[in-house]
Order: sequence, then C-alpha cells, then structure tokens
Amino acid sequence: MTINTLAKGELRREQMSCFQKMEKVVVAMQDPDIGIKMRNQRLLITVIPHAMTGLDIITWLVQKYRISEEEALHLGGMLLKYGYVYPLKEPRCLVLQPDESPYRFQTPYFWTSTRWPATELDYAIYLAKKNIRKQGELMEYERERYSLLHKRINHTWDFVVMQAREQLRASKQRRKADRIVLECQEQAYWLINRSPVRSVQLHHCTTQRTILHYIIEAFRRALGRNRVKSSVCLEGFVNYSEQYQNHDPIMQGCLPSNPWISDDTAYWSMNSEIVPIPTRLRVESWSFSFVELLSDPMGRREFMTYLEKEFSAENLCFWQACEDIRHGESSKIPEKVDDVYQNFLAPGATRWVNIDSKTMAKTLEGIKSPHRFVLDDAQMHIYFLMKKDSYPRYLKSELYKNLLAKAVVPQESKKSVFPFMRRQRHSSPSPAQAVAPATEEDGCAVSNSAV
Amino acid sequence: MRSPPIPEMATQEVQLNETLAHLKTESETLKTKLEEERAKLHDVELHQVAEKVEALGQFVMKTRRTLKGHGNKVLCMDWCKDKRRIVSSSQDGKVIVWDAFTTNKEHAVTMPCTWVMACAYAPSGCAVACGGLDNKCSVYPLSLDKNENLAAKKKSVAMHTNYLSACSFTNSDMQILTSSGDGTCALWDVESGQLLQSFHGHAADVLCLDLAPSETGNTFVSGGCDKKANVWDMRSGQCIQSFETHESDINSVRYYPSGDAFASGSDDATCRLYDLRADREVAIYSKESIIFGVSSVDFSLSGRLLFGGYNDYTINVWDVLKGTRVSILFGHENRVSTLRVSPDGTAFCTGSWDHTLRIWA
Repeated sequence: MTINTLAKGELRREQMSCFQKMEKVVVAMQDPDIGIKMRNQRLLITVIPHAMTGLDIITWLVQKYRISEEEALHLGGMLLKYGYVYPLKEPRCLVLQPDESPYRFQTPYFWTSTRWPATELDYAIYLAKKNIRKQGELMEYERERYSLLHKRINHTWDFVVMQAREQLRASKQRRKADRIVLECQEQAYWLINRSPVRSVQLHHCTTQRTILHYIIEAFRRALGRNRVKSSVCLEGFVNYSEQYQNHDPIMQGCLPSNPWISDDTAYWSMNSEIVPIPTRLRVESWSFSFVELLSDPMGRREFMTYLEKEFSAENLCFWQACEDIRHGESSKIPEKVDDVYQNFLAPGATRWVNIDSKTMAKTLEGIKSPHRFVLDDAQMHIYFLMKKDSYPRYLKSELYKNLLAKAVVPQESKKSVFPFMRRQRHSSPSPAQAVAPATEEDGCAVSNSAV
Repeated sequence: MRSPPIPEMATQEVQLNETLAHLKTESETLKTKLEEERAKLHDVELHQVAEKVEALGQFVMKTRRTLKGHGNKVLCMDWCKDKRRIVSSSQDGKVIVWDAFTTNKEHAVTMPCTWVMACAYAPSGCAVACGGLDNKCSVYPLSLDKNENLAAKKKSVAMHTNYLSACSFTNSDMQILTSSGDGTCALWDVESGQLLQSFHGHAADVLCLDLAPSETGNTFVSGGCDKKANVWDMRSGQCIQSFETHESDINSVRYYPSGDAFASGSDDATCRLYDLRADREVAIYSKESIIFGVSSVDFSLSGRLLFGGYNDYTINVWDVLKGTRVSILFGHENRVSTLRVSPDGTAFCTGSWDHTLRIWA
C-alpha cells in the first residue's frame, strides 16, 4: 500500500486481497452445512428472514478459526465495518454486539469489491430517493452532500430525480419484508461507501528497460552465490535465541525491573555506558561474539586495557580510526586518511600495524587518492586478526574473569508497599546537549546519554 | 560514487533487438533457475528444527504509555539510542520528539508538507531526519533552547523524484539511507547533501529499508510494491540477493538480530523470514483469521519473538522458531502504521492512524 493508494482512494491490490479474504469468510458463514444457523428475526412488527444474532457470529468464528472470543469479536467487527454484515436494529452502529442483536449478510450485489467505485451518480440517486420518500429523512451530512452533488452534477439532475422516482415506484410493488430488506442492504452499503474525497494524483515513471537490466544482472550474480544447507542455517537461529534468551527483557523480564512497568529507571542507570561495576549479563554477553564486545563502549574500553598489556593496542586504535573515516564527514576524509597513514602505516610509524604485504601494498596505493572506503581491506584484516587471536585470549584472561566475578546481579525490585501509588517518573538529560568529544586512544567516552 | 553502469552491449543492433518482451522473458527464466538452485539445499523446515525448543508460556503485554499530541495519523517513529526518547511523524506535517518514559514532548517541528512518512533519530541523539510528500529527506539538529526555531536550522539532504517512504542514519550522523516512491534507494552525505550511491533494481515504489547489523556493516535490505525484498551492497550499489515470495506490497523489512536473516511484513497479511546464507524464505507467519495487511515488523532482542503491526488495528506476536502466533494485542483504534522495539529490548512502540503512539511492555 502506497501513498498513491491512500491519496486517490482507489481500490488497489491491498484492499482487493483483503476483500477477497473477507468474502471467503462470509461465504463459509452462509454455507448450508457448516455455516451459521439462520432464523427469522423480528424487527418491530416485521419478520426478517435469514438473520442471525451477534452471538451466533462470534460463536461460529471462535469454532471455525480456533480463536478467542475477543479476537472473534474483533474479526466480526471488521466484517461489519466493511459492509459484509449489517445490523438490523441500529444501522449506524458498526460495532458487533455479542448478544441477541440481529444481523444479516449483505447481498453480493452490494459487496464493496463488486460495486467499486461507488459513483457520485449512484449516491445522488440514493439520496434523492431518501429525500422523496420522506421529507427530513436525510441526515445533516447527507443533506450537505446532497446539495454539493446537486451543484456538481447539476447537468444530470433531471436524470437523478427520474431514476429515484422509478426505483421508489418499483420498490412499492414488493412485499413489505422484501422492501425493508432491500432498504437495509442499500443503506448499509452507503454507510460504508460514501463518496470518496477527491485528491491529487501522484505519478512516477520508471524506465522499464533500465530496471529490467538491473534485475537481470542481479539474477546472474545471485545464481553464482554460495548457499548453505538449511539444516545448518536454521540451527543457527535456535542457538542464537537460546543464547540471548536471558538477555531479552520482553521474554524473561529484567532485573531489578523493567522501567516501563515499574516506573523505576534503575535498570537503565545500572546499564549506562560507563558504570563502576557492570552487570553480569552485560559482561557475559561480551563472550558471545567479538561484535558484541566492540559495540559496547565499556567492553571496548576493557578490551583496549587488555591489549595495552599485550602491547597490541595499536590494532584496536587503527580499527577505530578506520571506523571514524568510514562514518565521518566527507570533507575530513583526506586529512584523516593521512593521519592514519602517518600513525599506523608509514614505515617506522609509532603504532605500526601488522598487515600482510599484499593488503599493505594495495592500501598504500589506494590512499594516494583517498576515499571513504580506501582503508576497508586493511581494517578488515586487522579486525579478523583481533577476532581470531586477541579476542579469545581476552576471554580467558584474568582481566575478564575478574570483571565477570565482580559483576553485579541486581536484586529484583520489591513491589511497592502502596501498589496503587505510581512512582514519579523522572526526566533525564537530553542527548541533544553538547557532548564532550570522545578521545580514541584511551577509549574513554564521556557522554550525556540518559540515566 | 555513482550508480553501477548498465551492462555493456556489443553493438547498436543488439540494443535495438532487445525488446522489452525479450528482457522480461530472460528475467523470468533466470528467476526460475534461481528458485531451482535455492531448493536444492533445502533439507529441513525451521519449525522441524525448532521442535526440541521449549514452547513459550502465557504472554502478557500491556500498553504502558500512551502518547497523545499528534493531530492526525501517525505514520512513522524511531527510537533514540538512549532507550527512552522517540521521534514520530504524522500526516499533519508535524514531527515530535518525546521522552516516552515521562510522555513529555521535548521538540516539535512543522514540516512544509503533509504525510511525513519517514523519520529517524540520529545515533548521537542530537538530530532527527524526516521527509515524505516533499520528496526530500531533511535533517533537523535538536536544540535545547526553547526559543529556537528548529525549522530554521533545517538541512535538506536527500532529493528524490517521488515521495520519501523511509530513511535511516547509518552508523553515524553523517550518512543517511533513503527509500522512495521513485523506485530507488540512495545513500547521502549529510554534510554536503551529496549523493554517495544510488540503488536501482526495484520495479515499483520502495516502501521500507533496514540496515544490517553485520560485522562488516555494509549491506541493507529494502522492500517494495514489486513484492520484492532486495539486499544491497552499500559500496558498489549492486543488488546482491533478491527474494520474491510475497503476494503483495512489502511494507516493512527488519533484520534478525544476528544479521543472518530478515523478516518482512506485507499487504498479503503474512510475515516471512528469509535466511541470507541459505538464500531462501524459511518461514511464513500467517493465520486464516488474519486478513489484513502487515504494516510494520520488528524482533525482540533475542530474535525469538516477531511483533507485527496490522491494518486491522491489532498487533500479533509470533514465535519466530515454531511459527505459531503467541499473542494478539488490542488497543489502537485504527491501523497500526509503525512498530519498533526499543534499543535495549525492554519495550516496543507502535504508532497508529488513531493519532496516538503506545509503548508496550
């Protein structure tokens, strides 16, 4: 569904497939064997045949789709809203009543999908009929539209009135029960399908040929891909979900409490970027993957401390400098690339990084005309070096193990003594404040992130 | 960097001979071949692998906050990295920044157009990006000075030839990725407004996009009215993977937390999961009683749950592994148009045509 659908009010693919599905439902509901048992319903002094109660509808939906009553009420409400079922007692009440209120199925003639679009002419004839049949029967909004239509299609107004008179005459010849049913159906239809508002059309053109070229190229590339067996891939999802289950607040809750539920922001304070003592779950998660360690500023800082002890901190510094180039301002790229060259790549550089000769040669050539991705290969080499070598050793180190041992497992918050008193919800400093610049070397980030 | 060149054609004659019909046939043939290749390695279904996993228990989630203030349909929202602030945009042209925890409004901008269909929070928390029927994506730095007119500092970054459907900052405030009704996606430099890369390959409006959380962070996925979900290489502009199994427009795409898969939500009332290494669709989340389209999807932190906002005003919660519907949440009084899980997974936020946003936990 796009803005084009919404603006034009047209019936498009999205709505058509919904209508088709709803029609399947109502057809099943009317099936003589498995559908709802119809009966006659009294409407004032007239008996309306083939009607059902709101309760009938809900019971049938619950059984057929194995859903709760609440969901059946909701689904039934949709059928009502889109005009497939209409109420006999209060025609304007489009909320399904789960009681003895009588309802009827709309005839397929009046289904939204078969009668689209609801034309202005049809609507004018309908309003004219109502007006002629009984003075003062038109509602306020109908009167407004009636006069608007009168202005807009004034040239065919004689036709409108003539049609209206003809249709009224024909309906007088029907039996009262049939007439009432038809009037109900028609009224229900127009309650749903009042004339849409005209809106601006939006076009866009695509050069089909160009697009097809791109698509074909993409297919050719895709055919050359390596694929992995499903059994291998799918195990991955099971393992990942299992590993992170305890870390998923929606699944397992979080300690001391979920701030949104308890109004207590302790969970956020305990997990802010830099804390004296991190939580156990947080430190544990650094062992799940290298990416997990690096994406946590505190984890990165700890890792930097470890690398300094191992005299290989230049790797992480180099990696961070490359990230800064990749994601930073375009205008600063040449200057930053030069800095990186001086500090990390030049022969005799103070923090020279150990890159294989092939990558080094390619990189040195590339930085002669620096661009955003010129250091990508070198960065990736160093990244995988750290991942394969320093990272596993870090996880076995005393530094990490001590931190894990010291890490705190918060107590679950005691429930408030006065459960009906809501805690005061405190504001937090907006990140939009000026932030003190982070320094790369010591990996220390000062920030005003909330709580 | 500019868009990848159209494949070379040997001579003028060849060019003329390649009628549209010929191209279409070739496209269809390749598509069938690709489907055959993909099927070869499909030896088991996800729910089979998940049989050994414990089933999920009773699920209780409620609305914990209701954010009122928009004067018309809420179309889009995004979370700030601080886990409590959000930005939302609406049909009436207003973009509002809220502290969702206190429900206070902190900033408001009136766009010069209606139908602001896309908005995004900058990673630093210091700016927001938004756009819609104006065909542009603009960045507004957030000022704490109450007297400052935010609109005055606005920066126009992206220019498309049709409406902006989605936007997202990449890992920093300096680059923005956009998708548009003109059928393309594009990567922009915020500072200069320069187009860094454009992505061609959708045959109709592109409605959504999501950046991959992968290690090397260079890909993203987009979904469109051509029923396709495309995975792109941000550096080269090439489409590296494509999936076409939905029966209607794809309104939302979201990566699985590990980056090895993504989910999609469509007007065909289903959500689907696509595995990037297996290169195929691996699960469909649907139910006969769910008739209306999905507008928006997102995963819980562990990826075990998939939340879908639907056009029938409900939210359906799916067990990603077992494929079953865990829960249905009621509350909104009109379509759910947007849904995002918070950065730390403690809650999710929905925006609706009923003019409100809700936080669920």
